[in-house]
Amino acid sequence: MSTAILEVKGLTVRRGDILALEDLSFHVQEGEVFGLLGPNGSGKSTTFSVLAGLLRAQSGALHWRGEEIRGGDKRALREVGFVGQSPSLDPNLSARENLKLSAALHRVPRAERADRIEQMLQLAELVDRADELVSTFSGGMKRSLDIARALLHNPKVLILDEPTTGLDEGAFQRTWRHLLEQRAARGLTILLSTHRPEEAAQCDRIAFIDSGRVVACDSPAELQRLVSDDKLTVRCAEPAEAARQLSEALSLELSADDSAVTIKSEAGHELIPRIVEALPSGSVEAIQLSRPNLGDVFLHLTGASLSEETKR
Amino acid sequence: MSDPSSTAAVAQLSKPSLSDQWAMVSVLWRRDLLKFLRRPSRLVGAFLQPIIFWVMIGGGLASTFSLKGAEGLSYEQYFFPGIVMMMVLFASIFGTITVIEDRHEGFLQGVLTAPGSRVALVLGKSLGVSSVGLIQAIAFLACAPFAGFSLLEIDWLTLMSSLVMGAVALSSFGFALAWWLDSSQAYHAIMSVLLLPGWILSGAMFPISPERELLSWVMTLNPMSYMVDGVRRSFYEASALPLGSTVSSSMTLDFAVMLGSAIGALLLSAWVVERSR
Repeated sequence: MSTAILEVKGLTVRRGDILALEDLSFHVQEGEVFGLLGPNGSGKSTTFSVLAGLLRAQSGALHWRGEEIRGGDKRALREVGFVGQSPSLDPNLSARENLKLSAALHRVPRAERADRIEQMLQLAELVDRADELVSTFSGGMKRSLDIARALLHNPKVLILDEPTTGLDEGAFQRTWRHLLEQRAARGLTILLSTHRPEEAAQCDRIAFIDSGRVVACDSPAELQRLVSDDKLTVRCAEPAEAARQLSEALSLELSADDSAVTIKSEAGHELIPRIVEALPSGSVEAIQLSRPNLGDVFLHLTGASLSEETKR
Repeated sequence: MSDPSSTAAVAQLSKPSLSDQWAMVSVLWRRDLLKFLRRPSRLVGAFLQPIIFWVMIGGGLASTFSLKGAEGLSYEQYFFPGIVMMMVLFASIFGTITVIEDRHEGFLQGVLTAPGSRVALVLGKSLGVSSVGLIQAIAFLACAPFAGFSLLEIDWLTLMSSLVMGAVALSSFGFALAWWLDSSQAYHAIMSVLLLPGWILSGAMFPISPERELLSWVMTLNPMSYMVDGVRRSFYEASALPLGSTVSSSMTLDFAVMLGSAIGALLLSAWVVERSR
């Protein structure tokens, strides 16, 4: 039987006049990868600040394996590894020194410390550079080391606030590979926030967060089912003109921007030949048929784009 | 919730223990020392700076200085305890201004999410910064013979307790300021209008003079005056203390103010840090 390792009920956080979180609720099952997806400013980091004991909530409850703990309570932190948006590392110390201090801070048993640190350096792929100052590391290396630091004391739950922001594709893939390996190896529960649909798609379940509230919460597949239409992107030289011609010929729901016409349809594949025929020959550069991603679902549910800053 | 395995898990959710608190104190303490000792450039700068200040300002003002009732006292000797205290103050300022960045995008983030309390965080950081200041102040004491003090005649107990209390008071106060202001620019501003003038008006650079009433008041109310006094007294036999060179009239008063400042500043920073969540 799977149990909720963490349950968040009716969390409300007010900062001055601003309601940062409003009656926010979700639960995380043991061993799952759970994501909070929302644009910047939607309340993801605030939620994590409460979970990590950095911030007190005005109302609401946190249940840790069924036991209620108050927001800002540090008792659950023994079982949590926390990775913030910027790495919790001292740039003027070496990778190994950072891990040593962190091991002492979390009271990793002395006899195990050297081994654990070595394992974590391997995990971060930093064995060769263990004794170099962190200030000389790239963003991706710092991120790997920070995740290793958070895993050092063998937490049950790893909380990551926007873990791959600013990473290139290679580092993004590597980070995810490490996270999923850790989950498989030790039954780690992973809770992360992101504004990237492709990252949210890696989760077992996602909560959409908008303006401090949970708008929807389910598996990526279930959420994607909420938007059934295919998305067709037609690249052409004059999208505005093409859009006019297409709406005359095919009466479709469409929109155009500087480079392409976007069409939503239930059966996109059937439309492709008709689109090509409806437009002057040679004017179509490319047609792409895609399933809506989680960003499209988010837009459908909230009317807000993930790439926009939420105005609060 | 009704899951039987949750009993064991609930037992794990214990309050931070004394060992958690000590782990936090010692990690922060060690970190500041480690960073100070490993940077040769910082070490050389830290040891040369007080000598340069002492030689330049001491030498420059020597001919104009005279203290009524203690005509034989040279300015280099008068200024020496002030420089010792300056080292502690500078270490406190530079050691705590980094808290502002460290807290939001550095090592301290990880410390804040560790099991130990925020009071342990304050204590560890304050001890780390204090130790760095103490090392610098003690290194500068090697110059004491050039000021006419014999190292063998220094009352080390008085000196060390004054330095420790002074360092804890100033570093904790610096920590409280850094946490509360949460902006390096604001900290710099307070440093220029409060901390540095506070040192100048502590008897470090010139003695209190009853003719200047307002200045005398400020110097009497300034806790740093009693720290400089404590250090100054440790260099002399009680009967040989140059007349009018201290702000307070008794060592007991100096110690009471230093102890009060150290405890008060620690409590202040613990409060500032605790209420910020």
